Amino acid sequence: METDYAIIGGGVVGLSVAWGLLRAGKTVTVIDGDDGSFRASRGNFGLVWVQSKGMNQPRYAKWSQQSAALWAEFAQELGHNTGQDVPLEQRGGYDLHFSEESLQKTVDDYEVLKAKLGGDYPYEVLGHNALRKEEPHIGPKVVGAILHHQDGHANPLKLLMALAADLRRMGGRLVNGKTVSDIQKPDVFDITCSDGTRISAAKVILAAGLGAATLGPKLGFKAPIRPQRGQVLITEKLPKLINRPSLIARQVDEGGIQIGATNEEVGHNDRVTQSGLSGLAADAIAAYPALAKAQLVRSWGALRVLSPDGLPIYQESQDMPGAFLVTCHSGITLAAAHARLLPQWLEKSENAPNLEVFSEDRFNLS
Amino acid sequence: MKTDLTFRNLSPRDCVPVQFDDVTYDLPLGENLAAALLSVGVTSFRNTPVSNSPRGPFCMMGACFDCQVSIDGVITQACMTQVAENMVIRRPNYEAWDDL
Amino acid sequence: MTYDVIVIGAGPAGLTAATQAAQAGLQVAILDEQPNAGGQIYRDVDRASQNRGDILGRDFAHGLTLTQELANSTVTHLRGAVVWSIENEYDVLYTQNGRAQRISARYIILATGAIERPMPITGWTLPGVMTAGAGQILLKQSGMVAQNAVLVGTGPLLYLLATQMIRAGTPPQAMIETQTTRDFIQPLSHYLGALRGWPYLAKGLGMLWAIKRAGVPRYTGAHDIEITGDTHATGITFRAGRTVHRLDCQTVYLHHGVVPNTQIARSLDIPHVWDETQGCFAPERDDWGQTQRDGIFIAGDSAGIGGAKVAEIMGQLCALKIAQLSGQHTPEQLTRQADPLLRQLARERAARPFLDRAYPPYAPALLPADDTIICRCEEVTAGKIRDYARMGCLGPNQAKAFGRAGMGPCQGRYCGLTVTQILAQENNQTPDDTGYYRIRPPLKPVTLGELALMDTDPE
Repeated sequence: METDYAIIGGGVVGLSVAWGLLRAGKTVTVIDGDDGSFRASRGNFGLVWVQSKGMNQPRYAKWSQQSAALWAEFAQELGHNTGQDVPLEQRGGYDLHFSEESLQKTVDDYEVLKAKLGGDYPYEVLGHNALRKEEPHIGPKVVGAILHHQDGHANPLKLLMALAADLRRMGGRLVNGKTVSDIQKPDVFDITCSDGTRISAAKVILAAGLGAATLGPKLGFKAPIRPQRGQVLITEKLPKLINRPSLIARQVDEGGIQIGATNEEVGHNDRVTQSGLSGLAADAIAAYPALAKAQLVRSWGALRVLSPDGLPIYQESQDMPGAFLVTCHSGITLAAAHARLLPQWLEKSENAPNLEVFSEDRFNLS
Repeated sequence: MKTDLTFRNLSPRDCVPVQFDDVTYDLPLGENLAAALLSVGVTSFRNTPVSNSPRGPFCMMGACFDCQVSIDGVITQACMTQVAENMVIRRPNYEAWDDL
Repeated sequence: MTYDVIVIGAGPAGLTAATQAAQAGLQVAILDEQPNAGGQIYRDVDRASQNRGDILGRDFAHGLTLTQELANSTVTHLRGAVVWSIENEYDVLYTQNGRAQRISARYIILATGAIERPMPITGWTLPGVMTAGAGQILLKQSGMVAQNAVLVGTGPLLYLLATQMIRAGTPPQAMIETQTTRDFIQPLSHYLGALRGWPYLAKGLGMLWAIKRAGVPRYTGAHDIEITGDTHATGITFRAGRTVHRLDCQTVYLHHGVVPNTQIARSLDIPHVWDETQGCFAPERDDWGQTQRDGIFIAGDSAGIGGAKVAEIMGQLCALKIAQLSGQHTPEQLTRQADPLLRQLARERAARPFLDRAYPPYAPALLPADDTIICRCEEVTAGKIRDYARMGCLGPNQAKAFGRAGMGPCQGRYCGLTVTQILAQENNQTPDDTGYYRIRPPLKPVTLGELALMDTDPE
């Protein structure tokens, strides 16, 4: 089978890129794994987030901003094409603080970044009383918050469903339950799966999350990615408690409160632990005391796909031109950029975004 | 034993006042709460958040969660709870915070 | 607090496992969700057999022997203790009296019993519709009998409930049975086994006779069953033979078999295998009950449906093996005590292959019509699951991600098997290849407040 692009990985990164390429008139085959594999796209927090990104790399802050700005139209188009609503709310988000010192330190850091972004960093500082007007259920221990107006949240599972549906509608192929075992490039790319399926493609995109660690070297990438566990909790459905999301908690469209997340280096261990859950519960209650009576109904450990500096990697293989590595840990935030802007970079169009800072060259690895 | 009720009660126990949905009932002390409510003709304990459909006990063994009620602001399975005097029970409210 | 053995579940398997382990000199705790021991089959037997023993029968009263042994043992009986997680090797996290707590043991015996096989039919979510097990529990624990109830489905439990209701003076209005005469005749090769287990058969015939004598109408080979009503069950329609029937009723008891309650075992990533005859997943275990997770044993119906007597024996075998592994018994002592139990086990299991085949599950409830709700919590229909399969969904975890089936508080206890079977059929795969929901803590809801307190409690 011949296709312009074979995309290894059917999570939010793979599907977003596939979608953008299809709209650009390319033929696309997405090769996805099985029901039980680690799937960061199913376990993430659902934030479309700008603040705190790229504190050491303004290009990343800008990339996140560009994606956030494109998100609404992206969601609308998906909804219109598929009849499946992709819920999105972009009314700002909080960084909650429990001490004046930490609040002030973050503000200082934001001011530095804001200057590097030419002033495009719309945030305001809310003291406790001002915050209370916005969030009536906020707890007394929260001294204040930074409200960033470019932040928001979406329903990541509905995004995945709509992307898959629109892919099919546009004639893209999506094969799942596959494990890619080998990739060769005699002339075009020849991809072999463990069940014997063979797919040939002019170009290959590796968007396989943690799978890039094993597949990346076959394509000549360093792929220095590692898993980092984030435990996440979700409560039963509750009446309206939280108006704007933060990294501590958000209220999902179905009514439950999602609480996250730990940052644990535990390898490929996606289990939850009582100490992790208890710590998160305590933080959530400190922020929103009414949560003390809320029942936890689900929890999971999602494995973030992290590069050494936490920033995305966009890289064309030097050994095998035409093979691209696309990986990040903010797949939801960057979905719009991956759908609208990344295809131009893949196709080397004139108006392609400059993504040099995200190449693997920045990692000094032997 | 009332014959117009769905359930016949074979061995009644000492009863205590209990409030469900702002109505006071006399329910057997220490009895399984779901069973006790059924015995006085309360058949729907909550409405589902998805479609607002009425639900009552289904499995009576703590597995189905259809008998959930709100006791002191905590949502609990009625079939895993025992009747206590002056209990205040409400139908779970997914829309607004009840003032307790 | 550390024990040698923690038993989860206080039904027949849990009770014998705990008391046998204690007799062997081990420190044992038993975690019982209910306020009183007995599990579901002997629910509240200490109280109920005093008041209603004659209604519930001798088999039920046998539970007293087991609960008495527990009461006379050194086992720590934790009542109303709801397990919500097991971690490390092994800490058991549970809530009791509104407080989350942790106990530890080297060995865990899971004896979580069975739950009703889900029976999604039109109207099954209406108030007034319950499982036959629920009907029994209401009778056993609360002495309540529904008037004019209709019993729907198939299997010996339906006859048992009917018989008990008749003895209580409130017979069911009717029995709508889904098995056909052909179902009864087909398992010919298993008749011999059934005869070996003749006490079961004799009891069954006795129950059928009691039902006949009470004048309760039985409709067999029933299909196209629908429960009607708007805010409550008001009636039921069905076909039997060529006739369409309609009955008025406020209470419907559903039952078409029980299946292992595998929730805890699944959360420990213990492998499960599909049993085609019993139409369910059962955990992989050896003859002693040991699973692939070192130190985790499974006994009773949660290992595979066998009934109360079989559960008792399996519980004892687990305990004896653990006693030997802990050095309390020698291998010779183990063999000596286990051999008679193993022979008894074979006798008690003899009738099972026949029973499994004579009362097959109601097929339209295994693969329901598109508009039937199959996930009660999130109100997802069978048709939606089929849509997801058409979108390429191969397994239940993706179906969960797409449509929320399995995300509600019951965590798939009443939809898991249905979702797996629908996907298996749509994708032309076996249930084993299709898989099951990934089960993670909390196994039962726990409040954030309780969780947060655990963080700050000194250990």
